[in-house]
Amino acid sequence: MFRRLHEPSATVTVYLDDAPLRVAAGDTVAAALLGVGVAVFRAAPRHGSPRGPHCMIGNCYECLVEIDGMPYRQACLTTVADGMRIRRPIEREAPP
Amino acid sequence: MTLRTACELAIIGGGPAGMAAATQASALGIDTLVLDEQPAPGGQIHRGIETVQATRAADMRILGEDYAEGAVLTATFRASGAAYEPGSVVWQALEDGRIGVSCDGASRMLTARRILITTGAMERPVPLPGWTLPGVMGAGAAQTLLKASGMVPDVPVAIIGTGPLIYLIAAQFVRAGVQIAAVLLTAPEVGMADAIKLLPGAMRSGRTLLKGLAWRSELRSAGVRMLHGVSRPVIEGAGQVESVSYTHGGVRHRTPVGLVLLHNGVIPNTQLSLATRCKHEWDARQQYWRPQTDEWSATSHARIAVAGDGAGIMGARAAASQGRMAALDAAVRLGKIDAARRDAMVSDDRAELERQHALREMLDRLFQPAQELLAPTGIGGVVCRCEDVTVSELEDAVEKGCTDVNRVKAFTRCGMGPCQGRMCGPTVAQVIARKLGQTPDVPGQFRIRLPVRPISLAELAELQT
Repeated sequence: MFRRLHEPSATVTVYLDDAPLRVAAGDTVAAALLGVGVAVFRAAPRHGSPRGPHCMIGNCYECLVEIDGMPYRQACLTTVADGMRIRRPIEREAPP
Repeated sequence: MTLRTACELAIIGGGPAGMAAATQASALGIDTLVLDEQPAPGGQIHRGIETVQATRAADMRILGEDYAEGAVLTATFRASGAAYEPGSVVWQALEDGRIGVSCDGASRMLTARRILITTGAMERPVPLPGWTLPGVMGAGAAQTLLKASGMVPDVPVAIIGTGPLIYLIAAQFVRAGVQIAAVLLTAPEVGMADAIKLLPGAMRSGRTLLKGLAWRSELRSAGVRMLHGVSRPVIEGAGQVESVSYTHGGVRHRTPVGLVLLHNGVIPNTQLSLATRCKHEWDARQQYWRPQTDEWSATSHARIAVAGDGAGIMGARAAASQGRMAALDAAVRLGKIDAARRDAMVSDDRAELERQHALREMLDRLFQPAQELLAPTGIGGVVCRCEDVTVSELEDAVEKGCTDVNRVKAFTRCGMGPCQGRMCGPTVAQVIARKLGQTPDVPGQFRIRLPVRPISLAELAELQT
């Protein structure tokens, strides 16, 4: 969905659902994932509909992912770090 | 670095208002602390300015001169001597000056003799059918990606809505070689008669006006498809954006796209000011709530001020002037200078605010919020993204007797999700008001609960108060 205008000057490795990804150092988690073609970040709890980043400045809470074991982290307000483990809550079933 | 637990002036937000206020306050000998969520100063308007300057100078041409102006403000702030704690998330601000702040996963309380809230603006949510699909973002969100990460769309883009930002981002995209499928403007072609009436005042900001005209001619010569007077836009796709449909010239059209950017102006980000329970007032013309402030940005709470776009949208230059004036006023209240000295130091900023006010008068008239985008018309339209609450569910609650936004929230869960009503609050009031034939201020505003940012229970439990 997005491309970079420049090659990043430094990269780090993060793990998305256990798969390693090289991303630009200094990026937010949301930007890093959008930059490698990830559009769906989570499933909304009520109907399980797919969601991705919408506002990129911390207001919409659509980019909530699990980061290093902590759920509901705002990907757009979190900077990537080497070895960071990111999981997307997209498997969750809608409540009955 | 030892994190501070007390200061004279705490400034929350590192955009133009916060940076200018901190610079002025430090110069007056106030012990000043700036708390900002972002890793570097600049706010959203100048997001990433230091990095762009240092490592992506070529992007300055794409971003334009308004963005570049942030370099001076940022450098001056860095040199000011004000304490600065980036990556700090404020989750509480209280009338008595206590602030709850989280940094690197640990929270603490700090006490300020005075608090200046400079949390700026957010894009007004645009609840179109299909707006929850991945690949639908705010126009400002795409700008954030460009500023902070040097990223631009690599798929055909539709930009939908109204407001000056649309022209700017479209021009930036043209410079960056982005494929713009269509710019769908919901407003009729500019009311020039109206605009000309306001020109004498606005001409004092002539350079800004010329810039706006330059963006337009840039878009025209690039052959960007700009459609005015578009109605009933709908975003479509199975699991992700695939197309937009809209009515133009009495005919329904469909355009395939990979990304949709929405914009219907910006509104004050009032989450923190509301949480302090200071008085807010309704701006009927721009259809938003803002904290009641005097010319020094003081609110109804003795210790709390709100400056910049968070107190009403006036733009970055006005924000910096308001920030400086709020710092001068803080200096009087903190006993650093007397009122006469304060009043002698504000003439430049007062003049700047007058210029910006005249310009805003014209911009506000040219770019009124599109009524059609304020509340979804279809009954199935999602208002609350967090809890997937639709227009028909809200209208149902109104029919059952809920006439106030907080009552509707209790009955429908609208506004109870993680965003705490940031994205649905403005719309809920519009839906209730429409149903009851009221103005949108009558249903009220969500009561904001602390913490205004999520923190873990463990963090709260370890809090040293």
